[in-house]
Amino acid sequence: MAVLSKYLPGAKKAREDHFEKDDPRQYLMHDPIPRGQMNEMVMESMHATSWKFWMVFGILSVLVAVCFFYAWGYMIAEGLWVAGVMRPAYWGIFLVNTVFWIGISHAGTFISAILRVFKAEFRRPFTRAAELMTTFGLIQAGASIFMHLGRVWLSYWMFPLPNQRELWPNFHSPLMWDLLAITTYVLGSTMYLYLPLIPDLAMARDRSTGWRKTFYRILALGFRGTEGEWRHLHTAMNFFAFAIIPVMFSVHTIVSWDFAMAMRPGWSSSVFGPYFVLGALHSGMGAVAIVLFIMRYTMKHMDYFIRKEHFDALGKLMMMVSFTYAYFIFNDYIIQWYGGNLATDNLLHWLEEGPMSWMFYQMILFNIVIPFAVLWIPKVRQTPWLLAIVGLLINIGMYWERYIIIPVMLTINNMPFTWKLYEPRIEIYLTIGTFALFLLFYMAASRLIPLIPVWEVQEGQMAHTMRKIGKANVSTISDFE
Amino acid sequence: MQMTVDLNRVGAKGAIAEAAEGKWGMSIDRDLCTGCQACVAACAMENNISFVGEEDAGYGRTQHWIRIERFWEGAYPNVKIAGGYQPMMCQQCGHAPCEPVCPVFATPHSDAEQLNLQVYNRCIGTRYCANNCPYQARSFNWRDYHTMPERGNMVNGKLVFPLHNQFNPDVTVRRRGVMEKCTFCIQRIHKAQDKAKSEGREVMDGEFAPACAQACPADAITFGRIDHKDSLVSQRSNEGRGVKHLEDLNTLPRVTYLKEG
Repeated sequence: MAVLSKYLPGAKKAREDHFEKDDPRQYLMHDPIPRGQMNEMVMESMHATSWKFWMVFGILSVLVAVCFFYAWGYMIAEGLWVAGVMRPAYWGIFLVNTVFWIGISHAGTFISAILRVFKAEFRRPFTRAAELMTTFGLIQAGASIFMHLGRVWLSYWMFPLPNQRELWPNFHSPLMWDLLAITTYVLGSTMYLYLPLIPDLAMARDRSTGWRKTFYRILALGFRGTEGEWRHLHTAMNFFAFAIIPVMFSVHTIVSWDFAMAMRPGWSSSVFGPYFVLGALHSGMGAVAIVLFIMRYTMKHMDYFIRKEHFDALGKLMMMVSFTYAYFIFNDYIIQWYGGNLATDNLLHWLEEGPMSWMFYQMILFNIVIPFAVLWIPKVRQTPWLLAIVGLLINIGMYWERYIIIPVMLTINNMPFTWKLYEPRIEIYLTIGTFALFLLFYMAASRLIPLIPVWEVQEGQMAHTMRKIGKANVSTISDFE
Repeated sequence: MQMTVDLNRVGAKGAIAEAAEGKWGMSIDRDLCTGCQACVAACAMENNISFVGEEDAGYGRTQHWIRIERFWEGAYPNVKIAGGYQPMMCQQCGHAPCEPVCPVFATPHSDAEQLNLQVYNRCIGTRYCANNCPYQARSFNWRDYHTMPERGNMVNGKLVFPLHNQFNPDVTVRRRGVMEKCTFCIQRIHKAQDKAKSEGREVMDGEFAPACAQACPADAITFGRIDHKDSLVSQRSNEGRGVKHLEDLNTLPRVTYLKEG
């Protein structure tokens, strides 16, 4: 592998730094390398595991065992009193986590499906990383919903199973819609993750031995790369890319309806649907930035695939989403405030000057002010660690936003005698547990499946050429799709 | 052509269409209420309500189906009663927000009695009904308070709970993880109806009362048929002082509060 030595982590400078400013080779699509070599790079990025990987993996496993499985088991055995939920905050961090993880899962579909449909070229190297976030995020969201139930062992009653007493679930309930929407989304997004994965699994199958070969052989479904197979695959992917977009919009709208349909000050708002969808994208984009940053600096050869141009494009998307988010939050709060309903007024004063007001102001700061202030600057967008920090702040802000909407807003209701502030108890451990489980899944996946959609990058590199028009060098794309 | 609006159908969600008038109702005279909490104690005895203990009660986990809300001005020690006492329980709404949101139909509406029911066996504990109740009248069983080990006595190596002897056999003891709320003492309604039926007559006004009304030393709580114009509760509700709580939410509550005169 002497050829590859210059890409090794020892070489501090990223690949694109070697080029002059106007050299088109600083862009991935104009920096092609032979297919065999690229395949080897991706295979090597899966195999190269250092002791640091196993150390983090071990710590996360312990966290998952203690904070997820043990804590949840303890809560099931003891009852919900070990959590902080009470009257009036009957819903607490569990549903905050649900909404948060569904939000994270949205970026995957957005980046992958919408950008694929609109043929945004910068998507190519990181669609898979985003799609994996969708699937793993939805697992955490599902787990958080079940944690929140008082009698989780009876949760199968929400499914329309035939039974002797002919009891059906209540299809009037937003929770029922939620269950159906999330199930649809899990199935749809998993298939949408799997379809573009097939050619890469076939590539990995041809380049591995032992148990890995068996693993990839089963998953690749005997894909050989014939013309007919590619045609079918493209048809299926096209179909799913279009079909998953309305599903994505509906899921978070329906999640927002859990709140918007309720008769409560602060919740009963018709803007909640699009507001939640945008909020989901906001946190999801931030999470993609963090994941790409970690991938680029911890995995081998990733500085070839994930470049400044991708962070730059992601930064522009984040800025746009943050504008739209600001529009929705303004729309929501101004209407609630102008209406002058007494209970809503109490609620807004509570947010403004109550004990949780720090959270409200941090939300505004992290979600709107900071992205507004810094993402204009190309230097910030193109510096991976800066963008990852902005992404992290956005995610903290979005977590606060959900926290404000659920337990903080539940504190204020129409009956002032019952007002009471919620304090999380075991929820904190379970939150750590879901985060650890997400990271654990992601780390395991990074060693088992190619995180870079190799065929998609190769397809893009084939399609891109530089042409001279007059004196200008112009990048052109011959459309394959 | 004159349009008539059938309140049995309008404003209902899907199949949950209910009569606007109701059947059983209550009036609470806030002029008479002294805030003595006798109704709270009586209700807890009658309905096997858990004693959650000091710590959990302080944190907001009381399970009382009826609570006395106190309203005051100022901060201790310069406190002035303002608004007085307001007993608050499930208002047995005709158009109840808690009912449509349950994913498993644990909160159905009784067509026969016009009450909101809670099916403990069916409840899976999503707590959506409690969130959607504008009166905050529902309470959740956070744990099995009845069988907390520190509440029992060791007798011959066996843990026994002396307080279990005072359970009302007509009412279920709820386990943890389920929602519960005021039922208007439906066990007493059924008992009175059974007795009347066996004697071949209708249930008479004032023949029985729920535990809270029975225990109220000031007779502030009156219970009866609100669809009968001559019943005591209808007369009191319609005498001019009656207000419904949060009436603008169109929940059609069955409890009328008589404001201070």
